[in-house]
Amino acid sequence: MEMVQKMLAGSDLSLARLITLVERDAPEVPEIMGSIYPHLGNAHFVGFTGPPGGGKSTLVDRLTAVMRRRGFSVGIVACDPTSPFSGGAVLGDRIRMQQHYLDKGVFIRSMATRGSRGGLPRAARGVIKLLDAFGRDFVLVETVGVGQTELDIMEAADTTVVVLVPEAGDTIQTMKAGLLEIADIFVVNKADREGADYLGMELEQMLRMSSRESSWQAPVLTTQAINDIGTEELYQEIERHREVLRDTGRLSLRRQEQRKGEFIETIEQGIRARLLELVERDGRLMASLERVERGEVDPYSASMEILTNKTLLQSWLAELERER
Amino acid sequence: MAEERRIRVLMAKPGLDGHDRGARVLTLGLRDEGMEVIYTGLRQTPDKIVEAAIQEDVDVVGLSCLSGAHRYLFPEVVEGLRERGAQDVMVIGGGIIAKEDIPFLKEKGIDAVFGPGTPVKEIANYIRENAKRK
Repeated sequence: MEMVQKMLAGSDLSLARLITLVERDAPEVPEIMGSIYPHLGNAHFVGFTGPPGGGKSTLVDRLTAVMRRRGFSVGIVACDPTSPFSGGAVLGDRIRMQQHYLDKGVFIRSMATRGSRGGLPRAARGVIKLLDAFGRDFVLVETVGVGQTELDIMEAADTTVVVLVPEAGDTIQTMKAGLLEIADIFVVNKADREGADYLGMELEQMLRMSSRESSWQAPVLTTQAINDIGTEELYQEIERHREVLRDTGRLSLRRQEQRKGEFIETIEQGIRARLLELVERDGRLMASLERVERGEVDPYSASMEILTNKTLLQSWLAELERER
Repeated sequence: MAEERRIRVLMAKPGLDGHDRGARVLTLGLRDEGMEVIYTGLRQTPDKIVEAAIQEDVDVVGLSCLSGAHRYLFPEVVEGLRERGAQDVMVIGGGIIAKEDIPFLKEKGIDAVFGPGTPVKEIANYIRENAKRK
């Protein structure tokens, strides 16, 4: 595909347009993904998550500067939530990364979650891969962090950084397990604020008490991203994590799991999309749907009627076949 | 399987003008109209705006200027987009722009100018009807 060739040759315009196609789930996507496949594997993916207002964007901005000084190229994917009411979004992370706008070694793309329940938009993985194929050394992904939806980022990233702020100190006991368990690195940002040391200590205590894996103990860093304090140390911990992953073989294991996850997810999404199309067109399903809506039958019984109806399922399969 | 197309807009304030209320109101307004709006903030240079527009593959660039520098800054953005091969991106302007300047701006490639008091819906409809499908 010509656009892919141009992207691989370094055209950022083509990269941007390919990202749009992937985001939109255009028909060319399988072809695009197939052609970039041999060009993957160079980039290290770092995910950033945490409560809103923690300074993730500023941190990503300063970290990017550290990486650039060392001669690495960076791709940034900054995600913000889509409004469930209007379907629109305000993508306001890029505004914190002004210093990199004219640097060809930094490519920044803002993405709306577009209905994805997790912290990451559905298309994020594909976009990360495009940035990898484009030749970026690091791909930094920043997401909305709310509750336990961070599993998405843990699965997509090689290194997951959880960014907290001192105000979270008192609520650490009630903090949802998921957020604390997925971190490879903890950052307490806005460390000039009261409670920063306390939060850091609490985190370290909790980490000592739990035991995840022996090859990596998540460090707790304190930063003041806005003043560029602690960002060098953050970079070094990311590098160290990357080395540990490599040395212990866990990197290739993670990549394996990522590939498996993507495979299954893509099939799942494909089936779901087809199913929704059929629901809209199939009269029998519509009839069942209406009975459920009127309260004549409960959703579970109604769905079992459908799922155990062999002739119905077979006719759907036949229809899917015919469509292709 | 293709998803519904979402219109992406870059909202920028070129030059040194610091009055951003209009840009913010429009940012939120277009979000409520279902668009994805990337707000790049104050004190943007034309080339920064062009770079951002390219990376974000936007359909529309919205330029807000209340300092009177629009005759210079707006065409710079249009020219920059053209040079990079992104001439199909719609460029619209707003702020404090003298009526007499509008024909000049249009000649330079600005698609439309929306002055103070323009209802957000009008701008949204214009975008929806005229943004080029990629």
